[in-house]
Amino acid sequence: MTSRLDNVQQQLGLQVSGASRSHGSLVLELARADLLPVVQRLKTEFAFDLLLDVTAVDWPLKTPRFEVVYHLYSTQHRDRVRIKTAVELADPAVESLVSLYGSAHFMERECHDMYGIVFRGNPDLRPILLYEGFVGHPLRKDYGKHDEQPLVPYRI
Amino acid sequence: MAARTIPIHPAPSSAFEYLTTKKDELVGWARKFSIFPYPFVTACCAMEFMSVSSTPYDTDRFGAALPRFSPRQSDLLMVVGTLTHKQAPVLRKVYEQMCEPKWVMAFGACATSGGFYQNYAAVAGIDKIIPVDIYVPGCPPRPETVIDAIMKLQDRIAHSHHPIINKNF
Repeated sequence: MTSRLDNVQQQLGLQVSGASRSHGSLVLELARADLLPVVQRLKTEFAFDLLLDVTAVDWPLKTPRFEVVYHLYSTQHRDRVRIKTAVELADPAVESLVSLYGSAHFMERECHDMYGIVFRGNPDLRPILLYEGFVGHPLRKDYGKHDEQPLVPYRI
Repeated sequence: MAARTIPIHPAPSSAFEYLTTKKDELVGWARKFSIFPYPFVTACCAMEFMSVSSTPYDTDRFGAALPRFSPRQSDLLMVVGTLTHKQAPVLRKVYEQMCEPKWVMAFGACATSGGFYQNYAAVAGIDKIIPVDIYVPGCPPRPETVIDAIMKLQDRIAHSHHPIINKNF
């Protein structure tokens, strides 16, 4: 018996550059250009109606350096898919998912804060957890552990 | 240090007629039992703050229970929890809005020194932003520790100079 996730993987076929399983969820690796069409299909054809998380991973020794990671969930079938897209340091940009999921607005802003990933099409990439004027992206591996950017001058 | 008492001189008939004291001692005695706290509560230490304010430990015994949520009506700024750089301007504004006399308590390890947060987000101790009168260690502090801090602060209030009204008094 093939499971639903096997079926999803099979039907996506060539649009996916790598597929595996981890902890019961399907893990898809996508080229940057395929991200939006594949997520569109996952949402409309396979009922992955909930975008749970948008984050990134910084691999300082790898090229391309960043992996943007999305977690999708199907409330109908109760299964999950994880999507990874690799982006370069020189052009850390992916298409935004705000046209498909409203929850992408804030999660993409956070990811932009922390890793400097640019989400093309997100209308509002102002800092959400950081403050205006913060320079750099604190969850990148090359951000100094003790680099502080105080807003108030220190007394001592 | 032994607590000082206000000497009361009863009349021979035991009726209360007059008392003598020093101005600073009288004002200090009054002020140390009416510490209205402003809880600047930012993190998990809040649970301990609730515990120490409520019945089993009861900071009302020290006159320090009624929280005032306006800085202008409060005497003691209790910074309970981690302070982030984003919040630091808010804390300084709250401190500047408080009327004299005012005291500041750094409640817990994070407010004291940043605790285990040593990163881009957290201020390593609120004393980098505003002056602090008393530090309470612990993550979170035991209620006994907080009560001890309040008593030490009361002691300090009772023994300090209290300039009031004008320069002649």
